[in-house]
Amino acid sequence: MTVEASTAGKEPVEGGNAGMGTQYLEVRGLTVDFDGFKAVSDVDLTLFQGDLRFLIGPNGAGKTTVIDAITGLVSATGSVNKSGVELLGKKVHQIARRGVGRTFQTASVFEQLTVLQNLDIAAGADRSVWTLLRRRKGVLPAIEQAMHTIGLTHLADKPAGALAHGQKQWLEIGMLLVQNADVLLLDEPVAGMSTEEREETGNLLRRIGAERTVVVVEHDMDFMRAFATSVTVLARGRVIAEGSVAEVQANPKVQEVYLGTAAAGADGIEFAEENF
Amino acid sequence: MRTILGRWQTWAGFALAAVVLFGVAPVVLSDFRLSLLGKFLCFAIVAVGIGLAWGRGGMLVLGQGVFFGLGGYMMGMHLKIADAQIRGDDVPDFMQIAGVRELPAYWQPFASPAFTLLAIVLVPTAIAAALGFGVFKRRVKGAYFAILSQALAAALAILLVGQTSIGGSNGLNRFRTFFGFTLTDPANRRMLYFIAAGVLLIVVAVVRQLMGSRYGELLVAVRDGEERVRFLGYDPANIKVVAYTVAALFASIAGALFAPIVGFIAPSQVGILPSIAFLIGVAIGGRTTLLGPVLGAIGVAWAQTLFSERFPSEWTYAQGLLFIVVVGFFPAGLAGLGVLLKRRRRATAEPQSEKTPEPDSGAEKVGARS
Repeated sequence: MTVEASTAGKEPVEGGNAGMGTQYLEVRGLTVDFDGFKAVSDVDLTLFQGDLRFLIGPNGAGKTTVIDAITGLVSATGSVNKSGVELLGKKVHQIARRGVGRTFQTASVFEQLTVLQNLDIAAGADRSVWTLLRRRKGVLPAIEQAMHTIGLTHLADKPAGALAHGQKQWLEIGMLLVQNADVLLLDEPVAGMSTEEREETGNLLRRIGAERTVVVVEHDMDFMRAFATSVTVLARGRVIAEGSVAEVQANPKVQEVYLGTAAAGADGIEFAEENF
Repeated sequence: MRTILGRWQTWAGFALAAVVLFGVAPVVLSDFRLSLLGKFLCFAIVAVGIGLAWGRGGMLVLGQGVFFGLGGYMMGMHLKIADAQIRGDDVPDFMQIAGVRELPAYWQPFASPAFTLLAIVLVPTAIAAALGFGVFKRRVKGAYFAILSQALAAALAILLVGQTSIGGSNGLNRFRTFFGFTLTDPANRRMLYFIAAGVLLIVVAVVRQLMGSRYGELLVAVRDGEERVRFLGYDPANIKVVAYTVAALFASIAGALFAPIVGFIAPSQVGILPSIAFLIGVAIGGRTTLLGPVLGAIGVAWAQTLFSERFPSEWTYAQGLLFIVVVGFFPAGLAGLGVLLKRRRRATAEPQSEKTPEPDSGAEKVGARS
């Protein structure tokens, strides 16, 4: 994968980089109740275009459940508003069509299909019956560009099942790009990746995050520090802190959650990461 | 270059099949054997649909006997009415014996040949679409769908046995004419065989187009990751309904041809056993390929007539064993075995030419031909 400057010449920044008239995702009072167990309670999140937000927290904090609720996989109460459209209560595929895309902890590409076929399917949710019934000819420009962005152009005709673990995750991100999602929810995209792959993934997120809203659920604190523009910390289903990386790291509540004691030093998170 | 060659291969394949079916078979085979082959071709038409729904779509359709029976019975009803009209009777022969003097209301529309042909196409399509939407929208899949479709086949068979107005357990038989052609004339029986052969070629062409299209790729994606497809903005239910409906339509057409070719249609062709029998050929031939189901269905049906003449009971066991072995150990069927052998031969021919083996575009890499 080649590291190159963002096409828009912009970098993701905290609070978004698009100014007025920006796209946004506003989560208010999101609560997920599994038969009396509140996996997520009263979560508020405001995400603007151009923000690279990391969602961190100990195991069982409800990070993935928040993503599941936003994408319609689990039912929730509260409100999820994407640029004026309420998403809660819509079906999974309807939410996807509104431009909310996600990846999963375990890469779930279509292993029997080639990289190109995977991307072509991701790009085609609004195809007509007539287009569907015909053979795929050539490569759409958007797909060509996405393959270049994720660095898999030379593997276009390989079955996705033959890709390396990191490449599968990149393919998933590429599928979100051609799907035209402007809200990207990534669930542990660098889990199981090598250091180089993490680095490349981080740069990829920076590049695509400039024009989109990207939310990354992550355990890897080094990765978070290197690439996050803003951070939300969840614990026991609630938001306990939000802000820039430095602010969150200095927050005593966060240190308490990660260490079990408020008395820990300022580099509490640094210490805690070894447990992950 | 490769695409031109590929297109040539396709046309050459179809031409070869046409020559064998229309040229060689009628010359080589006796009238009796030819009509037997016609029957096998009907099974092959069902198999092509199952290959699409099961092989590519992952829907284990254990109740294709329902649609086969619907097509067969609708055709049978028309043939019986036509026979009666030629004799100058109001009702078919078996009703006269039972003392029925007037044609039941649901029989009457089938006096019209056009209505019958239309119904053979539309009724199973409508039923499959309605059923498919009801089932797939509720995300019923896997074993639950298989059991449901099988229960449907059992229910229809039991229903038919109880209906004396449609022949009861004997079904409809002794057809004398087919749209005005006498069925005792060997030339007309040969015509029926040609119709079945033509329909088979059309059906294979349709499924070939579907498998190669974007829809075909999407269907494989739904089979392998239904939830993932949902997150890409598709409703998988719609995609599955299409394949299921196409398979139902093919089964119905096959049933409608089966009735005049074999000379009867009965509840024994509708229930669980025939529905499973349809699957065996598909599994053995290779369910994910285009031609595997066709050759598998013809092969198994042919073996059945050959062996069951001599060892009637042993054949049933052998068939069951074959099914288990193929599903358990060769999920890709004989087509997959062929690919495996070809790869092994290539591997021994050029021992260390490539370190990373190029994945074959054959049966194993299902639907991944680009």
